[in-house]
Amino acid sequence: MSYSDFEPVIGLEIHAQLLTKSKLFCSCPTQFGLGDNDNTCPVCTAMPGALPVLNKQAVDFSMKTGLALNCKIRETSVFARKQYFYPDLPKGYQISQYDKPLCEEGFVEFMLNGEKKRVRIERAHMEEDAGKSIHNGDHTLINLNRAGVPLLEIVSGPDMRSAQEAAEYARTVRQILLYLEVCDGNLEEGSLRCDCNVSVRRKGTEKFGTRTEIKNINSFRFIEKAIEYEIHRQIDCILSGEKIVLETRLYDPDKNRTFTMRSKEEAHDYRYFPEPDLLPLKVEQAWIIESKEALPELPIARATRFTEQYKIPQYDALVLTTEKTLANYFEETAEVSKNPKAASNWVMTELLRELNNAQKDVSNSPISAKHLGELILEIDKGTISGKIAKSVFLEMWKTQKDPVRIINEKGLVQISDNSSIEKMIDDIINTNAGQVEQYRAGKEKLFGFFVGQVMKVSKGQANPELVNELLKTKLKG
Amino acid sequence: MDLSQFKVVEIANAVKSKKISAVEVTQHFLSRIENLDKKINSFISVNQHAITEAKKIDEVVASGKDPGLLAGVPIAVKDLLCTEGLKTTAASKILANFIPPYDASVVANLKQHGAVVIGKTNLDEFAMGSSNETSAFGNVKNPWNLEYVPGGSSGGSAAALAARLSPAAIGTDTGGSIRQPASFCGVYGIKPTYGRVSRYGIIAYASSLDQAGPMAHSTEDCALLLESFAGRCKHDSTTSAEPVPKWSKNLRDDLSGMRIGLPKEYFAAKIDDDTQKIIDQAIKTVEKRGAKTVEVHLPLVKYAVPIYYLIATSEASSNLARYDGIRYGHRANMQEHKVKTIDELYSISRGEGFGTEVKRRIVLGTYALSSGYYDAYYQKACQVRNLLRAQFLKAFESCDILMSPVTLSPAFKIGSRVKSVLEMYMNDIFTTSTNLTGLPGMSVPGGYSANGLPIGVQITARHFDEQSLFNVSFALEKHLVKEARSPHVI
Amino acid sequence: MITKETIQHISKLARISLTEQESTQFSEQLSTILKHFEEISELDTSQVLPLVTASEIAFHWREDQVHQEVSPTKLVANAPEKSGKLFKVPPVV
Repeated sequence: MSYSDFEPVIGLEIHAQLLTKSKLFCSCPTQFGLGDNDNTCPVCTAMPGALPVLNKQAVDFSMKTGLALNCKIRETSVFARKQYFYPDLPKGYQISQYDKPLCEEGFVEFMLNGEKKRVRIERAHMEEDAGKSIHNGDHTLINLNRAGVPLLEIVSGPDMRSAQEAAEYARTVRQILLYLEVCDGNLEEGSLRCDCNVSVRRKGTEKFGTRTEIKNINSFRFIEKAIEYEIHRQIDCILSGEKIVLETRLYDPDKNRTFTMRSKEEAHDYRYFPEPDLLPLKVEQAWIIESKEALPELPIARATRFTEQYKIPQYDALVLTTEKTLANYFEETAEVSKNPKAASNWVMTELLRELNNAQKDVSNSPISAKHLGELILEIDKGTISGKIAKSVFLEMWKTQKDPVRIINEKGLVQISDNSSIEKMIDDIINTNAGQVEQYRAGKEKLFGFFVGQVMKVSKGQANPELVNELLKTKLKG
Repeated sequence: MDLSQFKVVEIANAVKSKKISAVEVTQHFLSRIENLDKKINSFISVNQHAITEAKKIDEVVASGKDPGLLAGVPIAVKDLLCTEGLKTTAASKILANFIPPYDASVVANLKQHGAVVIGKTNLDEFAMGSSNETSAFGNVKNPWNLEYVPGGSSGGSAAALAARLSPAAIGTDTGGSIRQPASFCGVYGIKPTYGRVSRYGIIAYASSLDQAGPMAHSTEDCALLLESFAGRCKHDSTTSAEPVPKWSKNLRDDLSGMRIGLPKEYFAAKIDDDTQKIIDQAIKTVEKRGAKTVEVHLPLVKYAVPIYYLIATSEASSNLARYDGIRYGHRANMQEHKVKTIDELYSISRGEGFGTEVKRRIVLGTYALSSGYYDAYYQKACQVRNLLRAQFLKAFESCDILMSPVTLSPAFKIGSRVKSVLEMYMNDIFTTSTNLTGLPGMSVPGGYSANGLPIGVQITARHFDEQSLFNVSFALEKHLVKEARSPHVI
Repeated sequence: MITKETIQHISKLARISLTEQESTQFSEQLSTILKHFEEISELDTSQVLPLVTASEIAFHWREDQVHQEVSPTKLVANAPEKSGKLFKVPPVV
């Protein structure tokens, strides 16, 4: 028996913090970064007599997300208390949804190595976040600013069969959340959290193996590596006759390994029961239909439209639609330049490179989409060559000025009149008689030398096509 | 004029018309509390700012502005409702020094109407009990006979009222906790329809059963008090948007056309002779006022006590999880107990802070919700609850009001019922159905037992039909013949 | 029959320390009580939905607006142990 006899079975639970202004059950701000315990009230600090009141916007965001994940929306869903003791859970229970969640039976699709994959979404339900614990050795400090922030828990089916697929699934879900503008999807800061359930089984068997849960992974790269490690670890265990323990594990990125979080896993008895302080949540058909119609264009649909409307390859379309902001940027550039192919190239190569180097997001790009579009227009008009355009681009990045202004200020307008170029060529032919003779004798490689000379003399501004054309003619003799 | 005998309505009118000042009224009752409460222990704390607050009411009156429906009326508030700046203990060691930074909505409404919170009344710890014998601050004594219980859990409110230490009181009722003490102490008390009154700021016992309600010396007083604080509350998702009628302005003692249902199963129970006599008189009285009585069948009421205790303790076990000594309340001394872990701290703090009855109910409730038992206990109880409600609604097709005793017998001696827990629980036989079905219920003074203890009559109406309750209560108040007596503690 | 062990397990779940006497007492009392309550199992509830809220009440939302009526500093004021504005507890495993 070897590794290849096994297949991994992976499911992901993603918690998305919703971008509402106030918390799920009270009007405290969700805004990050305020003073310790300043975002609190009797409700989220579980004072005696405090009661929850549901934030309508959170329901709206949750429903939109469910619809974007192709889920069925339950017309009557129920909140339930999930009970356990932990100091950052002030009530001693979390208000969540248990057997009647808001969204069920959905799916997402994405491309993986050229193949289309579909992963089921078993459910997506609403719940409140807990506070934060700060462990300081001999004591722990509790900050309840985060307690009560709305979360949507998205649970996939155990459908993924590789670490790569799992990471791609997670990226896809995140992408949808950002497109809907319901979550800012920040794994590092924790506005998006991903728990991975991993098990292995012999290929061909139907029964699931014992799974482990890996928590608190804060990047997609690490999600892939952690799962990869865990798959191997489990197979190693089984091959050496050990049993897999049902447990929660953490990932150590420095050592690239997972390790047990708790030495003895106590099965929680959450004693779920319907939340008596809230009525069952009724969502009318009319609202569901309205929400579905109001969904923005989602990533896959947008990519498809890009390939059809702008006639760009699927690969480009997928890259450009990775982030909604990038897709918006591209479309504006394409619009202004009237050259989608060029827009696509410039955005994907030059712009993304500069953004990555400067660690900037496209929404903070010093070059606006309008200006990039104008730059492309100038190339297409023949004002400047593509090569010059690259330096104009860098100048635009540095100064945030528009391209026409830079071209004029630096006198970069392309030399495109025949007589000027002919004069330059004549001069060069006259001063390089030797090379001319060699060229005419058959050393065709020297053509590049002459082109170079013209460019040098013209400071790169000679229109390359014209240079080629006229040089050929003149060199013929 | 003896202010002690003044009704709420009379006080409010007198203060509004400047015949008397709010300060005078408050001072009067504060003095009575100081002199007499040591005999009955009905107050846990007295409001040290009461006079200052009364003064403000007088200023409003003087300025010509409307001081509200309850201008200058002192109110005794059950120490289960949060009062801003005033200690709120739930009669428990675990909250012995808790000072809330907010008012319960009920309290805020009362204050808006010019009432003065005179003090916080004693109760069974966390409202769990029917005799006010489980308070961490000592038993409350029935003003009618100091050896007897006042009832519970709103024992302090009922006793304070009966002893005329306050003209009005607020209680809460989860399984009978307003109606039973009202009956034992000879005062009027109403548990409104579930959803009529906000539970925000009221320390939760059983979320789907709790309702706060007024207790007073007349139907009109109860109606007026309830008008001042009933209604939709933005902080409580379980409050109804049903408009609040002006019940006190529409009281009728003519009951022609009204059908009074007498539940067969209630009357088949072992009701004591004194109680039977009074209920018979009440039936005769309403018939004289034009009502027709009809027998109704409610066979499921035999399951009311079991399902009440399963549901209430389950919800309570969850509601009381927040009392962990971390953000407020009693916290165990870590050195003394050599506490090293958070779980130890939880267990010891809660073990020290909660009394035995509370612990018993938390254990029962946790068990009923636990894995393997949820279906047979909690879920089953909720299903039976559904059947019970349906049966009551069916009964209301043939009547408009249900009438029955409040309890099998009047108040009992302090300490006489502590041995059998089950027996204690089974006493709630007539009152728990009202909470389980969400219907409004009221206790109306009916008379006295042979040994001088008050006995009340219970009436129950359809959801949101408090007007019918008040009307029948009004009819009984005016026409049920009973001696005018006073507890001799006064 | 609810054994003492069960009572101890439940008290651990509920984080409430009980004395020996309380454990024994509760074991007896709850056994008696639950035995009596078991009569509810004689009812056929197979087609019955559980009832949680007994009155007809229209659903109650909140608009997504920020509003803090109680000053947060007042909320930490009752804390038995704190560090700055943070609640302080023994180390959490």
